Amino acid sequence: MKEQSPHGRLKILLGYAAGVGKTFKMLDEAHELKRQGVDVVVGYFEPHGRKDTIAKSEGLEIIPRRGVPYRGSVFEEMDTDAVLRRHPQVCLVDELAHTNIPGSDRSKRWEDVQVLLDAGIHVLTTLNVQHLESLNDQVRDFSGVRVRETIPDWVVKQADEVVMVDLPPEALLNRLKRGVVYTPEKASQALQNFFKESTLVALREVALRQAAHEVDSRQAGQQAAEASRVLGSDGETSPSPAAQESTDRILIHITANPATAALIRRGRRVADFLRADCFAVFVHAEPDFRDLPAAQRQTVEKHLNFARNLRIETRLLQGKDTAKTIVEFAHVHGITHIFLLRPQRAAWSKIFGRNLHQQVVRLAPNMQVTIVADRRNNLGA
Amino acid sequence: MPDGADHGPTATPAPLPNVSLPLSYYPASAAIMSGTFTRPDPERLLRQVEAEEEHRQRGRLKVFLGYAGGVGKSFRMLDEGRRRRERGEDVVVGAVQANPAPEVEALLQCMEVIPLRTVDGVFVMDVDAILRRHPQVCLVDSLAYNNPLGSRNPRRWQDVEQLLEAGISVIATVNLQYIEEQQDKVERITGKRVTEGVPQSFLSTADEIEVVDAPPEMAMQRSGDGAESLESTGSREQQLSELREIALILAAEVVDHQLEAYLHRQGIDQIWSTHERILVWVTPLSDAAAMIASGRRNADRFRGELIAAYFSQPDLPPAEKAKLDENLACAHDAGAQIEVLDAEDHVDAVIRFARAHGITQIFVKRSAQESLWDRFLASPIDRLIQSAEGIDVRVFPQ
Repeated sequence: MKEQSPHGRLKILLGYAAGVGKTFKMLDEAHELKRQGVDVVVGYFEPHGRKDTIAKSEGLEIIPRRGVPYRGSVFEEMDTDAVLRRHPQVCLVDELAHTNIPGSDRSKRWEDVQVLLDAGIHVLTTLNVQHLESLNDQVRDFSGVRVRETIPDWVVKQADEVVMVDLPPEALLNRLKRGVVYTPEKASQALQNFFKESTLVALREVALRQAAHEVDSRQAGQQAAEASRVLGSDGETSPSPAAQESTDRILIHITANPATAALIRRGRRVADFLRADCFAVFVHAEPDFRDLPAAQRQTVEKHLNFARNLRIETRLLQGKDTAKTIVEFAHVHGITHIFLLRPQRAAWSKIFGRNLHQQVVRLAPNMQVTIVADRRNNLGA
Repeated sequence: MPDGADHGPTATPAPLPNVSLPLSYYPASAAIMSGTFTRPDPERLLRQVEAEEEHRQRGRLKVFLGYAGGVGKSFRMLDEGRRRRERGEDVVVGAVQANPAPEVEALLQCMEVIPLRTVDGVFVMDVDAILRRHPQVCLVDSLAYNNPLGSRNPRRWQDVEQLLEAGISVIATVNLQYIEEQQDKVERITGKRVTEGVPQSFLSTADEIEVVDAPPEMAMQRSGDGAESLESTGSREQQLSELREIALILAAEVVDHQLEAYLHRQGIDQIWSTHERILVWVTPLSDAAAMIASGRRNADRFRGELIAAYFSQPDLPPAEKAKLDENLACAHDAGAQIEVLDAEDHVDAVIRFARAHGITQIFVKRSAQESLWDRFLASPIDRLIQSAEGIDVRVFPQ
């Protein structure tokens, strides 16, 4: 890791389930750094009562956790202030997607990590792929589990390095059965959920692909930087699609429909892979957004905030005709691709008058229009 | 190193191993019901148990796959050997690479090593000695190695196959550049090609493949690449990144096959959407070139699959037939997998196909002229949207 960089470097060890060895590898790397004379501390690590892991943490400086009282109990979180005061070169922070207990300074651990990075502390952390926001629906579809602790994709994207920690599911299941991963009671519970072999195989594939995507997008970033430095030389060596710049611009239509979250995730993911700019708009017919019924306004605000958290630029548009307003905005902003939610069932029974997507398709003859189906009927989220 | 194919009578290549993936050794059954979880029938369970027993007699193959030297494969292999030994398994080292790294050397100290033998001054794994010693597990560093003339087998992976057949489990390592089917790609990136190779078909018989991933920086440090000039270090790092991506995707594809086989075995006749699969619906009514090009680009960006589907319509007017052929030629040129569907209800057939094949996005082109009826009744595209639960429908402009 480089020294004197004003901003800390972030390295993520990416896995697909508890027990694949992320924490162990993180501690292993810490020992290696320490041997090299790097000042490294453990900000937070989750031993899960695992013998190997606990043994591996010996000899490393551990910053004591902070107790946060909540509803009569005391929960332990990373003491970010203590890490800042100690100001090591490198800090280990396990489980990046963790949600802090209410009453903590920040609600998410990745926000604590941002604070450390801003202070110039390098962070080595761990993450399972199913916590990525944009994969939330996909993971639910094949695992039946709606992951609640999520992390915006851009947090991972800004990491300097993402390294896959791989382990075949069979080996993982053996570990689980040997009691290496969880206590027996928790293990049998886990076997019912994420630890079904089929789910593990699927999650592993998703993790490998995500890791490949992370390599690809960093490469593309480097190539773009390279290209602007030395123009035209050696053009033959990089046939990778990563090198091509995207001209796509994606627009997501936000409504109060609860499936909008899935639409936003989907649009964000497609934009990330196409390296497209991404916008989201809400169209209100009322003269002022504040004239909306309170409940509807709150839902829409929640969706807008969600989009902003995923680093999507949002706009409120006023217009009586929703389709026309969307398409006009799209024209002005050079949008190539509009994402709409599939209308709810009831809307289909309408014989007269078109659905929104029909109108948008008619009004925007030079744009692609993607209709995302809500999957609420599946598996009951 | 001499190429295996030039060897004399001793060099008859071993027949390709006739085992399938552990998740797929049980053949897909006709009892699979569409889209539903079904209880396997007793007949099937019996066959499964038999297949498992047959499988058990053969040794298990585990491969550590790395994208370049220096990522730490040998260490991981030996470390696993050590841990298994501690758990009471009988583990020996069958082959290690010359000049191991210090941490690998340290691990070797606590292992039983079957010494390599020499044939005409060239080191080669002593298969006979390993077979005589018959451990539970044998560690073989680097599957890709051309044995000298006069060896038992021309290639080391064939030696490994013999160990497996004898019921010895093998833990081995391989680098991306040695996988024969990947060598063209690797050469395009690095400009170099190795003479040793392992067929991908052999790797796909492995019970487990584990990726050993590390940042290119680390691979360069450990393999001593870093000593080169700064300029070439930059391009080396770039090359390593590209190789790394290929190795990760290769592993993902192997895992995907395992998943498919696994789901079949469980009687789930549905492919899960673990990666993007784009279905382009090609019709005789409109030019699909732009839509197919977009499909290709999207599939590339997602490292996903591109499939083009059309309906067999024997009585098409010549102009439409020509348009359809043109579209299909375009899909073919774009490397799309082409599927013919045959059904009365096209929308229904597309949806059913999409469900069964884990399609995540359907690309369709909006019809050129919209009849008055379309304004009141659902057009095919609307019906598609209506039934595409969980699948994106992307409508392309005319």
